[in-house]
Amino acid sequence: MSATMGESQSRQASFGGAEARSATAMNEPRIAIRSLNFYYGSNRALKDVNLDLPDRQVTGVIGPSGCGKSTMLRVLNRMYDLYPGQRATGEVLLDGENVIDASVDLNALRARIGMVFQKPTPFPMTIYDNIAFGVKLHERLTRSQMDERVEWSLTRAALWDEVKDRINSAALGLSGGQQQRLCIARTIAVQPEVILFDEPTSALDPISTLKIEELIDELKHDFTIAIVTHNMQQAARCADQVAFFYLGEMVEVAPAAQMFTAPRERRTQEYITGRFG
Amino acid sequence: MTDTPEHLVKSYDQELKRLRGLLTQMGGTVESQVALAAEAIVHRDSAAATRAVEEDPKVDALEREVEQFVIRLLALRQPMASDLREIVAALKITGDLERIGDYAANAAKRSIVLAEFSAPYSLAGLAHMVQLVQEQLKLIIDALGEADADKAMQVWRSDQVVDDIYNTIFRELITYMMEDPRNITPCTHLLFIAKNLERIGDHATNIAENLYYAVKGETLPESRPKGDTSAYAVVRPRE
Repeated sequence: MSATMGESQSRQASFGGAEARSATAMNEPRIAIRSLNFYYGSNRALKDVNLDLPDRQVTGVIGPSGCGKSTMLRVLNRMYDLYPGQRATGEVLLDGENVIDASVDLNALRARIGMVFQKPTPFPMTIYDNIAFGVKLHERLTRSQMDERVEWSLTRAALWDEVKDRINSAALGLSGGQQQRLCIARTIAVQPEVILFDEPTSALDPISTLKIEELIDELKHDFTIAIVTHNMQQAARCADQVAFFYLGEMVEVAPAAQMFTAPRERRTQEYITGRFG
Repeated sequence: MTDTPEHLVKSYDQELKRLRGLLTQMGGTVESQVALAAEAIVHRDSAAATRAVEEDPKVDALEREVEQFVIRLLALRQPMASDLREIVAALKITGDLERIGDYAANAAKRSIVLAEFSAPYSLAGLAHMVQLVQEQLKLIIDALGEADADKAMQVWRSDQVVDDIYNTIFRELITYMMEDPRNITPCTHLLFIAKNLERIGDHATNIAENLYYAVKGETLPESRPKGDTSAYAVVRPRE
């Protein structure tokens, strides 16, 4: 006689950890930030920051106000150059070239690293000219090539269908969400490698916000993206990896799934669970 | 979890406290249910058995309450990191506790039937198993209350002994049944009781795993010393 038990000893798999650990593999860095320090006069706003922005992936940057996250974006495309008394030391390597080196051509750099701001900033001109304006600074295109570029950019920014019949009307007549997508179209029109988003949806309603997030998801197939956001859920939804900044330091960087389930650093943990201060 | 600072939003802390309170209450109820079942099995106490069965609806109601509360927390608080781990663990642990309650009630019911038979042999092995399972359960419920990952680890490691005793009892009971067919009814009930106890141990282990992850943010190693090998047991009748 043989005795076998009908009931198998099935134990539930425990949740979380294993999956979080094996999360998204990161691509090679498109931008490598090394020992970056930044000063507003004598105030050191970034302290020895090291961070990679992986190629064609989204890096979310979170942290409380004044932690240096927007400063870091401003360094990446040399926005700070306009202000006396602000300076950076260290390296920001874009394809191996240090972009904070004084010899770098700023116009060329800003064509390679585009930026989208918190508030939509359309120029007071037509939708068409908003896109064409930046392109003309960098390239000489025929009228039909320019038409093509405008359509391409607006299509990539998921705005073409909404504006194709009024392409020559004023950009300021668009809704806030549309204006922001126009700014994204304007940014990608010059075909950059990297796009920096500084709080791109904090002035938008939830549906416009989701449209921008969907767009970011689309754009990451072709562009390397960094997004600074106060909205942690947004970082969780959009980012492949997330970096947490605090008091000018880059405290922790990890794949988003790891960051929001089991961050390693105590300060990160306290910030993202809302226990700060 | 317990040594972290408070949330900026105080009502969130209140809610987490309530969640922990519900789990502690459920743990206490289940623990007393298992104690009653143990009493019923070891001392053939039908009154204790009845009370163990009567506790079951309370446990079920608590499970529903925890489930609904967890869904509410997930929707309204959108928890992250340690909060997320704790809340999801609570959802899983409440399920384990509910199952433990069911197994205790089932063992208690069988002990009522069993009381009608004269015991064919010593219940010492079973009594030992009852005691170990109760100790495991007490330890894991304490660990739950204190968010103590080390105690959880201790429970996780200790399940092997229970499994070993279960395998021994399994073989013994089959032998008794083969010796005299009149033993089949009481021995079958005893076998199910032993299996119920062994499953209670397994669920205590599940709780240990989930608690460990909630506290530490990392999972226990994949392989645990285990387990129930009775699925492979073959007992040959004497020629």
